[in-house]
Amino acid sequence: MIKKLNSLKNPKIDNDDYSLNLLSNEKYILLLKKMITIRIAEEIISENVKNGLIKCPCHLAIGQEAIPVGMSQFLNASDRVYGNHRSHGHYISLTMDTYGLFAEILGKKTGCSKGMGGSMHIVGESYGFGGSVPIVSATIPVSVGAGLAMKLSNSKSISVSYFGDGTSEEGVLHESLNIASYYNLPVIFVCENNLFSSHMHISERQKFDSIARFADSHGIDYAVIDGNNIETVLDTSKKAIEVARDKRKPFFIEAVTYRWKGHVGHDDNIDVGLQRKEDLAPWKEKKDPIARLKNSLIAKNALDENSFAILNEEIYEKLNKEFAQAVADPYPDKEQLLDTVYYR
Amino acid sequence: MSKKITYGSGIQTAFEYILENYDNSFIIGQGLWSPWYVGNTMVDLDKKFGKERIIDCPVSENSVTGTALGAALNGMKAIVVHPRMDFMILASDQIVNQAAKWQSMLGGGIKIPLTIRSIINRGGEQGAQHSQALHSWYSHIPGLRVVMPAFANDARDLLIASILSNDPVLYIDDRWCADLQEEETELKELDIKNIGPKVVKSGSDLTIVGTGFTSCQALEAGKELEKNNINAEVIDCRILNPFNPDLIIQSVKKTKKLLVVDGSWKNCGFAGEIIASVTENFTDFSTPPIRMSLKDSPAPTSKPLEEDYYINIHEIINNAKSL
Repeated sequence: MIKKLNSLKNPKIDNDDYSLNLLSNEKYILLLKKMITIRIAEEIISENVKNGLIKCPCHLAIGQEAIPVGMSQFLNASDRVYGNHRSHGHYISLTMDTYGLFAEILGKKTGCSKGMGGSMHIVGESYGFGGSVPIVSATIPVSVGAGLAMKLSNSKSISVSYFGDGTSEEGVLHESLNIASYYNLPVIFVCENNLFSSHMHISERQKFDSIARFADSHGIDYAVIDGNNIETVLDTSKKAIEVARDKRKPFFIEAVTYRWKGHVGHDDNIDVGLQRKEDLAPWKEKKDPIARLKNSLIAKNALDENSFAILNEEIYEKLNKEFAQAVADPYPDKEQLLDTVYYR
Repeated sequence: MSKKITYGSGIQTAFEYILENYDNSFIIGQGLWSPWYVGNTMVDLDKKFGKERIIDCPVSENSVTGTALGAALNGMKAIVVHPRMDFMILASDQIVNQAAKWQSMLGGGIKIPLTIRSIINRGGEQGAQHSQALHSWYSHIPGLRVVMPAFANDARDLLIASILSNDPVLYIDDRWCADLQEEETELKELDIKNIGPKVVKSGSDLTIVGTGFTSCQALEAGKELEKNNINAEVIDCRILNPFNPDLIIQSVKKTKKLLVVDGSWKNCGFAGEIIASVTENFTDFSTPPIRMSLKDSPAPTSKPLEEDYYINIHEIINNAKSL
């Protein structure tokens, strides 16, 4: 049974009274801090794309922070997470390494990929982030292979594959869902359905607006959720991880969200694509995942406006310093070009 | 007492050696439980090592190759088999964009013990989509080691070296070599980084260079040429990427004549690469080099056209004599 998303297209605030009973208050504050860190890091990146200091293509995920932060909460460093072209949030949610990300985007030796990858090719092996690449759908079979390795070596680890709604238009997703399903591999497929593939709204590309129908057709358990509600993401990721880790089976999460920025760069792309002009403001005003968690914490007396403002300032200051350091850092040595082609 | 080894049994022995000695190895690909696909090179591996490790899989070349890559990135010695190279084109994203590039894109230091075994399976009126030898294509890609054995002991030892490498390796074997025999040498674990072209017949009158099956043809031609008192040196390239032409350059400096025989197409083909690599270092040819490659058409099905399409030993002999 496929759940249609029409209710989510026109955002309603009908589920914002978060119970906040999945974690301690301190942990919720940490999650809030992570989301703010991703938001501010991407805002700093956006500013510097605009002013020309950053040259490499940056695909920002502002507005989508709840998904990686919620997903990462119950993962271990031995699990393997693979991303895509829009993976700053995936990376930060596991590593909190904003400095390594900034340096990487600036092409510096101190970057998380030693300056060889830029925004679109990032890695944090020791934190469980196996890598991100921009060829749409490419990391899906890689995640399935990680799951196969975990099965063959009898480990309890799992793998996570992040991709967008546009990826469901690539054939290899279907090949990979079939393989993960048939061989019972511990893979969580996380479709961040932000309703856009580049400039194209989903209604311009598909007859349906839900991607989970593909999981259904491959016999994979799935959930379609509000991806801007951290409570729902936490709850769903916990269940999905149990299925993968304990039952050694795949799970598919479709987390519906909205991309505040355009496909690439700092611009909002307000004039591009169907419905964007009408939809962007309500998504920002009513469905901001950070504001929703903040308001719930304030309602539960776990936070106040003043401490929220201080938290933002502290993070902004820390990240600005890191960015300045990354700007000052050296570029890779010329030898690195040929030294990284084959394993050493 | 000396023992014979065939090219096919060499591949079989290599797989058995790896599966017995490396618990973290596994093989995935189409037709692994059927001799119809992979000939006499993987007989009963599934019975001996279990269907968990020898996985005959769905017709999903791209995903299966990516799955093998993902497993290689996570501690396994992963081997993926494409029983026909033509179908492997569907996996080119995972081979060219992913396997070959992750090392460099992500800053190095990543072990990727992935072996992609691809079989050239042609002739017999199979036509354009069941016949291709695409080694020149894939050898263009930095980060992808391309290995193409021609002889039986190499088929075994280069396969073992490929699987033990921490880089993605495209290992290309040829059905036309499958039954060729050699005296068996002792099985060796070699470091692929130290392997390169090899002189398979010494000589001083001209240098003939081949890749894969054409090296076998070149060796046959070299033996025939002896009857005409022409003493050819025959070199088998073995490793096409990264390509080290030093041995060939040394040979041509001695013979001053070069005949290159390669079973892919001419334009941007490996024969041109060999000649260019030599001429960058040596120009004192006694006569211009000759390159032999396939005719510039897709493989035909009709028998007489097919016979005309592929390189034969007589053409090699005639070209050698003309130099």
